[in-house]
Amino acid sequence: MTVKTMTAAINEAIDQEMGRDDRVFVAGEDVRVGGPFGTEAGLHAKYGDKRIVNTAISELALTGIGVGAAAVGLRPIIEIMIMDFVSVAMDQIVNQMAKMKYMLGGQARLPIVVTTHAGIDSSSAAQHSGSLEAWFCHVPGLKVVMPSNAYDAKGLLTAAIQDDNPVIYISNKRCMQTSSEVPDESYALPLGVADVKRVGSDVTVVAIGRLVLDALTAAEELAKEGINLEVIDPRTLSPMDTTTIVKSVQKTNRAVVAHEAVRNCGIGAEIAATIADEAFDFLDAPVKRVGAPFTPVPFAPLLEKQYLPGAQDIVAAVRSLYH
Amino acid sequence: MSTQISNDTLIDMHRRMVRIRLFEETAGKMMEDGKIPGALHLYVGEEAVAGGVMVHLSDEDQITSTHRGHGHLIAKGGEFDQMFAELYGRSTGYCKGKGGSMHISNMELGILGANGIVGGGPPIAMGAAFGNKFLKNNKVAVCFFGDGASNEGSFHEAANMAGLYKLPVVFVCENNGFGEYTPQANHQAIVDVADRAAGYGMPGVIVDGMDAVAVYEAAGEAVDRARSGKGPTLLECKTYRFFDHVGVRGMGLTYRSDEEVERWKKRDPILLMEERLLEQKVLSAEQIKAVHDITSEEVLAGIKFAEESPFPDPSSLTEDVYA
Repeated sequence: MTVKTMTAAINEAIDQEMGRDDRVFVAGEDVRVGGPFGTEAGLHAKYGDKRIVNTAISELALTGIGVGAAAVGLRPIIEIMIMDFVSVAMDQIVNQMAKMKYMLGGQARLPIVVTTHAGIDSSSAAQHSGSLEAWFCHVPGLKVVMPSNAYDAKGLLTAAIQDDNPVIYISNKRCMQTSSEVPDESYALPLGVADVKRVGSDVTVVAIGRLVLDALTAAEELAKEGINLEVIDPRTLSPMDTTTIVKSVQKTNRAVVAHEAVRNCGIGAEIAATIADEAFDFLDAPVKRVGAPFTPVPFAPLLEKQYLPGAQDIVAAVRSLYH
Repeated sequence: MSTQISNDTLIDMHRRMVRIRLFEETAGKMMEDGKIPGALHLYVGEEAVAGGVMVHLSDEDQITSTHRGHGHLIAKGGEFDQMFAELYGRSTGYCKGKGGSMHISNMELGILGANGIVGGGPPIAMGAAFGNKFLKNNKVAVCFFGDGASNEGSFHEAANMAGLYKLPVVFVCENNGFGEYTPQANHQAIVDVADRAAGYGMPGVIVDGMDAVAVYEAAGEAVDRARSGKGPTLLECKTYRFFDHVGVRGMGLTYRSDEEVERWKKRDPILLMEERLLEQKVLSAEQIKAVHDITSEEVLAGIKFAEESPFPDPSSLTEDVYA
């Protein structure tokens, strides 16, 4: 067990899976030099051009490498450098890799992981800061994974690479800089299983990505007021472990959902609807959603800070349940 | 050069082309009689392209097909029973009734999907070729697409990547002069799609797409070039769609003259092939008739098989979304 950043944990998962299975390769922009976030650091020296495939800035064809190569028996990891760039690759992700198995009556098997980096980080403005996970949760045929810490990141990426379905694996940029204890050996955490990050009795906070860390900060502050938060990290957004969420709400009778993406039609809306469907009689207050305002991400640091949802927004949402 | 083609190959191409023609004529009738649901995009008039290319490929080689894809599947060995069953939406179809005309495929024959998205195929074919090179399996991928698809960014991205990596792929442009109902002169500023090859560092070759022998010769060179590791080719086949964009008579829209259609029909690829077979004494008139008769019987048997096949079980609705 060693303390590692989430970036290092991701790197280790890729390295160990490439070591275990010759069919696994990475294709992406600037991956030869380790990728702009360092997730492929050192891997080109170890695996060479064949398996660390540096591509043109060409997200649609890059994703096509994934679909075509998977269709002929390989297990590609396709890195879309910044999540906003997925819009260029959408046809291959949504119309091709997600639907091929179904359209062909089950004939296709596409073990592809599309990794990407999401969220706000240092004034990157409207086209380099998006959290677009909800887009993919709306598409049958895709799995969507979004870890909040280094330990989960490694285990979930290992599972995603071993999964026989297309998986969209989203790393929040501000989570990538955080560290936690990570086993050196390979391990897989099952997809579709939520994790209770903090056990509590008063309010369930279902948080995604960076907002998990913010929810834990909020929990410390609210504990001083005698409000005890239970923090749940779904980790996999599709399929989602609604059982763990509903069970928690049945215990706490209150719920807040929180993510960095814009609130409107975010994954939080789906979680809130699920709670309303399955735990309505247990609720003592409406389900509150924390998310970004309905604007593109601004550039100016002051505006960016104002835009970004965080611990204080969760604290405010929780307090509002008691008025 | 045509003297180099064996009689067996001529007979083989002729048989594949007749199979396409008779299948399509009947399928079109069944659609317009309301027996087949949805829209069929029929391949009649373009048979020399599929016939001339596919004789160079084994079941192991891959293709990506289009919305006008029945001809590709038939020429690559598709069986009428499972094809008609798919068009009828029956559980015995190639895609268990989940794909229909636009997605009809048999992956065992190396068909990596027929695509309802114009330009959906090129990135997948390029990716399959990438996989072939990675695996050193000596297989070639062939991408069929139209003049319309050559305007999609996906074609540009895929061709660029194929040229960059010298992938074993052949881009076969079936230039039938129309993107749906829009004549080529109204959708691109060039006459020859093959001109675009220069931009990708690959040869661009133009052939008479009504002459199966011309297609055969050019496709042979392109497939050999791909298989021997020399990289991709853009092969443009000038052809024509005898039927409407959808169905036989279609929607009755005015976008081309009857004179133009009749002019092209004088160069019907099957008539041209049969003239050659007779002239070179490869087959007699009786033998040619026998090919048609046997195929007609297979068509009737295919219809019977489809009409007697069960509809998909309601429980199959949610199957095949995930592995």
